[in-house]
Amino acid sequence: MSALIERPTSGPSDPSDPSGPAGGPHRTLLSRLSRLKPNLETLPTLAAVVIFIAMIVYGEVAYGRIVQFNTISNLFINNAYLIILAVGLTFVILTGGVDLSVGAVIAISSLVGVMLANAGWNPIVVVVLMILIGSAFGVASGVLVQYFNVQPFIATLAMMFLARGLASMLSTTPERLGDDSPLRSLSTEITVINGTKINDLVVTPNVLIAVLVVAVAAFVLHRTRLGRTVYAIGGSESSALLMGLPVVRTKLTVYVISGTLAGLAAVVYTSKLGIAQNITGVGWELDAIAAVIIGGTLLTGGAGFVLGSVVGVLVLGLMNVLITRDGSIPPEATTIITGGILLVFVLLQRLVVSRKRKT
Amino acid sequence: MSTASTTPARSRDRSLLGTIIHQPYIWAVVALVLLLVINLVKDPGYLGVAVNPTTGNLSGNLIDLLRASAPVMMIAVGMTLVIATRGIDLSVGSVMAVSGAVSMEFMSNAGDGSVGTALAAAGLALAISAGLGAINGVLVSIVGLQPFITTLITMLAGRGLAKVITAGQNTSATNEPFRWIANGTVLGFPVVFVIAGVIVAIVAVFIRRSALGLMIESIGINPKAARMAGIRPIGILISVYVVSGILAGVAGIFSVASVMTVEVSKTGLAAEMDAILAVVIGGTSLAGGKFSLTGSVIGALLIATLDKTIVFLSIPSEATPAFKAAVIVVICLLQSQRVRALFARRRAKAAPTDPGAGSPRPTAPRKESVPA
Repeated sequence: MSALIERPTSGPSDPSDPSGPAGGPHRTLLSRLSRLKPNLETLPTLAAVVIFIAMIVYGEVAYGRIVQFNTISNLFINNAYLIILAVGLTFVILTGGVDLSVGAVIAISSLVGVMLANAGWNPIVVVVLMILIGSAFGVASGVLVQYFNVQPFIATLAMMFLARGLASMLSTTPERLGDDSPLRSLSTEITVINGTKINDLVVTPNVLIAVLVVAVAAFVLHRTRLGRTVYAIGGSESSALLMGLPVVRTKLTVYVISGTLAGLAAVVYTSKLGIAQNITGVGWELDAIAAVIIGGTLLTGGAGFVLGSVVGVLVLGLMNVLITRDGSIPPEATTIITGGILLVFVLLQRLVVSRKRKT
Repeated sequence: MSTASTTPARSRDRSLLGTIIHQPYIWAVVALVLLLVINLVKDPGYLGVAVNPTTGNLSGNLIDLLRASAPVMMIAVGMTLVIATRGIDLSVGSVMAVSGAVSMEFMSNAGDGSVGTALAAAGLALAISAGLGAINGVLVSIVGLQPFITTLITMLAGRGLAKVITAGQNTSATNEPFRWIANGTVLGFPVVFVIAGVIVAIVAVFIRRSALGLMIESIGINPKAARMAGIRPIGILISVYVVSGILAGVAGIFSVASVMTVEVSKTGLAAEMDAILAVVIGGTSLAGGKFSLTGSVIGALLIATLDKTIVFLSIPSEATPAFKAAVIVVICLLQSQRVRALFARRRAKAAPTDPGAGSPRPTAPRKESVPA
């Protein structure tokens, strides 16, 4: 870890840096590395990757059976919905906002979805409707934030209360999706590599959806105007405005993206579990925010990566696996460990930011 | 708005009505009155307060309201100070659970129902709450972490801590003096409300009669300028988070004392949201700076009234959040510049000669008046 932190001190601008005027066979690799160096924003994300790998190594040494197909497959299958949520929140947090409503949006969207599916609606219509419910809450938050200058925290808190309250009006008992419902086909396990015994590499359509979401989000953030505007707003909203960027439209868009992805996460979660309840998703917004921050996105906005958020989700997911495997850690202490990990990452980010100010 | 539109002229002669109407929390007062009227329509005897002839205790819906509002009032007051420094304290709900868990665990181990045990349990709970607040304060002020993420960490860890303290069980204890805090009365009023009122008064006097309130506001308005003016932020930041922690501890004691059981995963759950709501309804901006303790107390009363009203109208209590959402949206819209500007334009059109009508906040500086 210390090596990682030391690295940026000798940037390519430093004339005494031996790696600067690099030639010979390592040229491409070195030039790539030197391109990374000044970009301090990548450091927290790199740290997350390092910690994830360290957790895998530790788990494999201490408990065994971590680096194998079925553990890895389950990690993705169980966390597909959280990956989708974290991707949505990455957009919002990059602009310097926050979306607290995603957990409650999942509750109402999955409840509506299960009830309509059980009432015999066409599954495609149900899925589209579930996603649109998310979008609608996103639009509402975005309008409150952008047109009425309500702080993002309060606006999305209001949407969280609204979604949770409406879900509770629909039903307060668990609603079960019919066993023959086509919605469940989204969680069909497809064996990619048939390993020994139960050690198969398995994916579900849900995982594929999550991967697709990550890919599209990464493309949008790094290769489109919308993405650049998102980063610009997070860096400095007034500068973005002065540069003539469409700040108003973009800020509204990020909340719509976050809401829509919450609706999609509801589809993924419902198809996997088959049960929806008004208390589904309590506190998931905090899990997703934690994942985004562990993944290296600054809460003040302007710096971060979608792939980092995915690593953040995997760190949290793997931590739960390790705690279960260990057995000696009481389950009550899980949130203490989550808090501790979060603290480590935030301190690291703090270090990076203060270094950046000095240079 | 029809009441407000007649006042600009009158507010200049500083009548009490004019002062109140231009307070930032006027809409909370309006909403509170509206809720009480709704209850009154449903049951004309709603506001009646009866005096028990044998014990001299007051009873009635209003008294229940005061009792229910005490915990929210406590965390809302702490939250107001934290928010005024541009911070936020998400950990108050978890601190409530820790405080409840510590006191219940201590009393169930001590076993005797004496006053000393109750005091020791409360003292220990408050000390640990203060410690959690101090952790927040140090991380925010000295380490320089963002308040949102710092208190998110203590929120997660605090909930875990509460569960570890009671080994995941919902611990109960028997101790009459401790129970008296929640169920007893002083001069006919519920003890919780009396304690809450005294604490609010102490905080208000301490903050508003000294320069502390101004310092807190200046840190919230412009931290850099405050530092250059010679205000040292570290001590003030740590103290507001410690105060918020202690008040959350008090709220935790209030909420477990009535049932003498701590439900580690439910006590104080989402309490931070209620507190933030109370503060925002009371007219304090989440962006920090100027704050109004009176507004937050009124916000806390409004939230307690809303909770009670929904039960009273026999709407399932799970639906309460939807009504809270409606209240937040309406009050935020009324406070937003866009809507104010709209109203101001209309007023200006109606009375173009009135110079005070065009400005959306004619008495903004008067917010400095000392709240109760």
